[in-house]
Amino acid sequence: MANFVVWVVWVVAVFACLGSGAAVISFTNPFYSALALIGNLGSLAVLFLLLSAEFVAAAQVLVYAGAVMVMFLFVIAYLGRRADSPWRGGPSWQALGATAAAGALLVEIVVVIGQKASGRLSDEADISRGFGGPEAIGRLFLTDHLLAFEITSIVLLVAAVGGVVLGSEVKRTEELEA
Amino acid sequence: MMGPDVTWYLAVAGFLFAIGTLGVMLRRSPLIILLSLEIMFNGANLALITFARMHGELDGQVFALAVMAVAASGVVVGLGLIVALNRRNLELDVDKLSTLRG
Repeated sequence: MANFVVWVVWVVAVFACLGSGAAVISFTNPFYSALALIGNLGSLAVLFLLLSAEFVAAAQVLVYAGAVMVMFLFVIAYLGRRADSPWRGGPSWQALGATAAAGALLVEIVVVIGQKASGRLSDEADISRGFGGPEAIGRLFLTDHLLAFEITSIVLLVAAVGGVVLGSEVKRTEELEA
Repeated sequence: MMGPDVTWYLAVAGFLFAIGTLGVMLRRSPLIILLSLEIMFNGANLALITFARMHGELDGQVFALAVMAVAASGVVVGLGLIVALNRRNLELDVDKLSTLRG
């Protein structure tokens, strides 16, 4: 019975995930795209929970669906109508090529997974109760992966500085042009 | 493990990545390209977490968190670029931004 419930949750989450992903790339109004991406991230968090990655699921909802998407929505609101991106006719061979390339990529991924699926992919390791909890992840972050942790903080700092520089540069170029 | 096995999760990750790729290549608005990029990041994250579950090792989840931080940094810089484009009254279309084309 529990197995059946997990299957149902999985199917619903996967349909929500792929459907909202397709919605993100097909809306002409980026505001709706961003809202669809929030749905995508939420249903992915459900999949993470099914894979017993509780902490990552919580971080996904807090950081991605929360902070990052609020930033997106602020920028879209700031741009207003200029942010709209209607589908243009354009050269259709470009769209065809893009679709073919994405399809080829998908086929490649599925073939590789299919080849491996019969072998080692199907047996999962047994895990302890604390797997994926904040304690285990925090311990790993501050012992084995301390360097990655510190480098991540530097990356975030550089990105913050870059955001400030990009946002405040306009005055200097105006002076140069004047 | 209850429910579908690892292969199905990997297939979903592959589909997500392909959807993101399609969005990046089809759309010309930098905002939608950034959003599609997030979908690609999340496909990779799902694969990482699936492999972490498969091997029973947490390293994949730690890596997924690092990927999330890198994605957030990417969004900050990307949105900063879009705001800078808007301040200069340039059109928000990646095909029209060809000054650096060789």
